[in-house]
Amino acid sequence: MTDPGYNFAYLDEATKRMIRRALLKAIAIPGHQIPFGAREMPLPYGWGTGGIQVTASILGPDDTLKVIDQGADDTTNAVSIRRFFHRVAGVQVTTRTAEATIIQTRHRIPERPLTEGQVMVFQVPMPEPLFKLEPRLAETRRLHALGDYSLAQVKLYEDIARQGEGGSAYSHPVMVNHRYLMSPSPIPGFDNPKLHMSPALMLFGAGREKKIYAVPPYTSVVSLDFDDHPFRPVRAPHACAACGSTTSYLDEIVTDDRGGRMFVCSDTDHCAENQMARKAAE
Amino acid sequence: MSPILEGQNLALRFVAVRALDDVSLALWPGEVVAIVGESGSGKSTLLRVLAGLAAPQAGRVLYHDADGAAQDVHALREAERRTLMRRDWGFVHQNARDGLRMGVSAGGNIGERLMAAGGRHYGNIRTAAAEWMARVEMDPARMDEAPRNFSGGMQQRLQIARCLVTRPRLVFMDEPTGGLDVSVQARLLDLIRSLVAELGLAVLFVTHDIAAARLLAHRIVVMRHGRIVEEGLADRVLDDPQHPYTQLLVASVLAA
Amino acid sequence: MSDMALDVGALSKRFTLHLRGGVSFPVLEDAALVLRPGECVALTGPSGAGKSTLMRCIAGNYGADSGHIRLRHRGAMVDLVTADARLMREIRAESLGHVSQFLRVIPRVPALEVVAEPLRLRGVPRAEAEAQAAALLARLNLPERLHGLPPATFSGGEQQRVNIARGFVAHYPLMLLDEPTASLDPANREVVIALIAEAKARGAAILGIFHDSEVRARVADRLHEVRPLEDAA
Repeated sequence: MTDPGYNFAYLDEATKRMIRRALLKAIAIPGHQIPFGAREMPLPYGWGTGGIQVTASILGPDDTLKVIDQGADDTTNAVSIRRFFHRVAGVQVTTRTAEATIIQTRHRIPERPLTEGQVMVFQVPMPEPLFKLEPRLAETRRLHALGDYSLAQVKLYEDIARQGEGGSAYSHPVMVNHRYLMSPSPIPGFDNPKLHMSPALMLFGAGREKKIYAVPPYTSVVSLDFDDHPFRPVRAPHACAACGSTTSYLDEIVTDDRGGRMFVCSDTDHCAENQMARKAAE
Repeated sequence: MSPILEGQNLALRFVAVRALDDVSLALWPGEVVAIVGESGSGKSTLLRVLAGLAAPQAGRVLYHDADGAAQDVHALREAERRTLMRRDWGFVHQNARDGLRMGVSAGGNIGERLMAAGGRHYGNIRTAAAEWMARVEMDPARMDEAPRNFSGGMQQRLQIARCLVTRPRLVFMDEPTGGLDVSVQARLLDLIRSLVAELGLAVLFVTHDIAAARLLAHRIVVMRHGRIVEEGLADRVLDDPQHPYTQLLVASVLAA
Repeated sequence: MSDMALDVGALSKRFTLHLRGGVSFPVLEDAALVLRPGECVALTGPSGAGKSTLMRCIAGNYGADSGHIRLRHRGAMVDLVTADARLMREIRAESLGHVSQFLRVIPRVPALEVVAEPLRLRGVPRAEAEAQAAALLARLNLPERLHGLPPATFSGGEQQRVNIARGFVAHYPLMLLDEPTASLDPANREVVIALIAEAKARGAAILGIFHDSEVRARVADRLHEVRPLEDAA
């Protein structure tokens, strides 16, 4: 099944070892960004080159891979990455969260609670949570070293002052293990609580920025907030039009050009499971 | 009582230029000292070295904290020095761009030091920011505006509010009124004067404006070619200058 | 001697003008003067004799070259000639009052605050300091509507009264008065004479320059002549 023209999982073994070393270091220092020698991948930056390299480095022949983009298994990006690994590694692929051992994702964490032994691989466009606040990377490194995150707090202050409650809907920064400020990649704030004390291992890869970071299982992950403006995950106040869920994260879909719209689960696997369960119950 | 800050035998050379040549200076709690001199006299370098922003090649800077412990400023670890700088000290830059975050609102600028000190209550931070805007004669209703919306004089006042909100014991100022219109300068000087007296701050400031030095300072230090050529009571240095250079400096002002 | 309020001896002061080729001329040589608590001494002598220079040396505004200027500060006799800036500032706050000829105007600060400042420096609460300041300004007939205004806009006489009030509001054991009545009308001159008498009565020593011979005759217990150096030589 594996394309014989490629090494297993595309990357050469030396590169995988280099990335695994970075991963081990990242796991040892939760939330801390580790530089790595990102390779050119057969797809453009912004399409998940960081995530793909991480996945390629940890993938074994017995793994079952799931790839989602904005929660969906059937978007172009998810489909091509899944197909890519099927071709170069010959591994099993799935759309079922429960069956997957590795889940590569862009922008979401599945609704179904993750379990021990599962690994999430996040595609990260910008790993530096202080990026918009302090443009000098040498200075952001120093701020991380000193644990000086007042700037991020200032950003949060500005968000509340300008937009009132809610603040950033995506990429809401988190404190990992009470030490490092981390960008959870552009997942919605709704998913932030899923990072906290998760039984699964969370790996983050940024290809263009050449950084890897990680949250080991059962690690404290706390969203930045103010005492009088506690962090609150938000979801659209609707039920899913397809499965009726009132707890899942919803996508808003514009259905016509007259303002018609509907809300459906962003997690397609979760939605399908719900629908099946409903049918079974009927 | 001990000085709040002591520079001891400070020396610093830039290639062929002696920016600081064996300079010693003590600042006492509640004392306002002006460092005057022309461009290139080393006055700004001295300020930066005393404020921990530039390291001397010889000599040391001792800060006596509120508990009376002496800390060698340049021997501190960076984390400790940064903590010191934003808890016990303030620095007002000549250019507001160096002292403010231009992309952050006035309230956020003032609140940053509170947040750095662990402030995590949004409402309290805003209350403090509003209070300090009023104290520096700015309209608290404008606290969500960015600094670029404010005039030069207001930006300087905002910088002062940002420094003072954490109630530092020691404030450094580098030409705080430089580049401002004369009428704006007078207002700013007066504001600084009253805040300094009210809060009992120790202030070390650099200026080439003799009038500002007379108005604000208890003591004046005259620098030339990297050395202190004269120092003493502000009015005595200006009314009875001894060193030829001080006489020239004072005469130049009176002639202007 | 323990009952001295001020003891000046062997005092020399010379000015060197570096901008004029270093020309140097003496103004005081071997000057001596003693003041006891409760007495007022008037400096006399032709203009240019060095009365003001002597006064400014005692005030710390000029630095003397040699000799001593001892005054009572915190229970001991302290020499101003060798005092550093910090000690001098402490002495000015607690032990040495000075009414100069002209008020050094601070922009935007109201007259009331200017007058209350010496009390504030001594730690008197604002309300109490300002009440005392207001009472003294009222006694010097400065209308209350002016109390809240900065003296920069005042007439010469009004500024001088602010200056006097600032000098008398805190009770210094030694006071220097440089032409305190120069620009005052007869009514206010009487107030100043009364203030000097009250200060003496509470034991303050006063050294003054009074060009107004009538005022001088009424307040001074003794005259001290300052002679130009040519004459003295």
